Amino acid sequence: MNLPHDFPHLLGMAKIHIPTPLRQYAGKQTAVEVAGETVADAMSDLIAKHPDLKRHLYTDGGKLRSFVNIYLNDEDVRYLQKDATPIASGDNISIVPSIAGGL
Amino acid sequence: MAIATETAPTATLNKDEILRYSRHLIMPEVGMDGQQKLKAAKVLCIGTGGLGSPLALYLAAAGVGTLGLVDFDVVDYTNLQRQIIHTTADVGRKKLDSAAEKLEAINPFVEIKKFDTRLSSENALEIFRDFDIIADGTDNFPTRYLVNDACVLSGKPNVYGSIFRFEGQASVFATEEGPCYRCLYPEPPPPGLVPSCAEGGVLGILPGLVGVMQATEVVKLILGAGDPLIGRLLLIDALGMKFRELKLRKNPDCPACGTRPTITKLIDYNEFCGIRGEEEKPVSSGIPEIQVEELKRRLDAGDDLFVLDVREPHEYQICNIGGHLIPLNDLPKRVSELDSSREIVAHCKMGGRSAKAVAFLQQSGFKKVHNLTGGIIAWADRVDPKVPKY
Repeated sequence: MNLPHDFPHLLGMAKIHIPTPLRQYAGKQTAVEVAGETVADAMSDLIAKHPDLKRHLYTDGGKLRSFVNIYLNDEDVRYLQKDATPIASGDNISIVPSIAGGL
Repeated sequence: MAIATETAPTATLNKDEILRYSRHLIMPEVGMDGQQKLKAAKVLCIGTGGLGSPLALYLAAAGVGTLGLVDFDVVDYTNLQRQIIHTTADVGRKKLDSAAEKLEAINPFVEIKKFDTRLSSENALEIFRDFDIIADGTDNFPTRYLVNDACVLSGKPNVYGSIFRFEGQASVFATEEGPCYRCLYPEPPPPGLVPSCAEGGVLGILPGLVGVMQATEVVKLILGAGDPLIGRLLLIDALGMKFRELKLRKNPDCPACGTRPTITKLIDYNEFCGIRGEEEKPVSSGIPEIQVEELKRRLDAGDDLFVLDVREPHEYQICNIGGHLIPLNDLPKRVSELDSSREIVAHCKMGGRSAKAVAFLQQSGFKKVHNLTGGIIAWADRVDPKVPKY
């Protein structure tokens, strides 16, 4: 993805990829541009733009649900600095929930 | 990593097999040595459905010597859009018999072992015992966790694929050095939050793509060739035709494969996944239910009933019973279209979404709302056979 470099006006934004099962709560979009300095900022911005996503991603206590993982580019943020992981312009954040289909 | 090399008996090829596998034999990455490894290998396919069809077909054609199949299901018409091992003439037959017949027709040199059962905590380790590699082509969370834990406990790689609509995931779990499924997802979602393919649909070609990736990984593991998907999760987006790869790490705290595992034997996976009894039954109690026969009788009698259809517009196009269409997700913002003084019967495809709609309407102050048990499928089964099922 070279978008931000191709379109300088998008610099300062990261992109969060929305997986198929959650797109219905994100205005049917495949990706959402978000602003912020950390993964937590980016996720808050996403939730602010699409409040319906919140209960699908977080428990009532505000904890990320255990069948959802968040990746910064190709790294699981659990193995970086979790929510506090800094993000840079043009980063790709992925929400990766478990899916079980096979038949 | 080569799975079969050390313990495998030497499997020699006869003249017919040499001709059959010619295109493998002339390739240095396979060759006679590799083809003999394939013949000596024993691979277990869990499920002969969407993923299992292409997986088993290609493994049989490639010359994997022993193929185990586990399935308890019967072929139905809705399977044919993607489960390419089964044909129209097989509808009503056991998937196991239908699949074994095709595999034997493709390659009579393959030994097929059939397990006519639902994989369970009681039988999984016993079934896995005689196989080198397990390929998971199931369709539900309890079986996914069961396959993973049984692979970790028996030290066998779990070649994983899963699909939803037009999106897939593939990886190789539970090798000695690599992560397992629980390292990625310690716990499953609560029932009902993530729709199954039966509820959400699946692009028929997608299990073909993902199942062939699983077959490729199985063959690579047997040959000890290339870079297997160990420690990598491949994300497949068929609509965008985009492939992305994420790093997976072995979690030292993993309950199954970590340094201090707490899962030392197979558990009750339905309980672990929060499933009690039938999945399709509405989970909430206190939802007033109405049976399709009762609805039909009351409509015929001219009772003032308002039928609310909470499915999606594309489902309404397939079939409908004349209900007022408000998709479940739109209900909160369109609730003003409903008259709370009238008696309302909500329905969906099978009764799950409409139960949620009824619960929502009750919370919004509606007193006379019912859920149509079994949805429009029950209506088609028991009231009007002209209504198409999907």
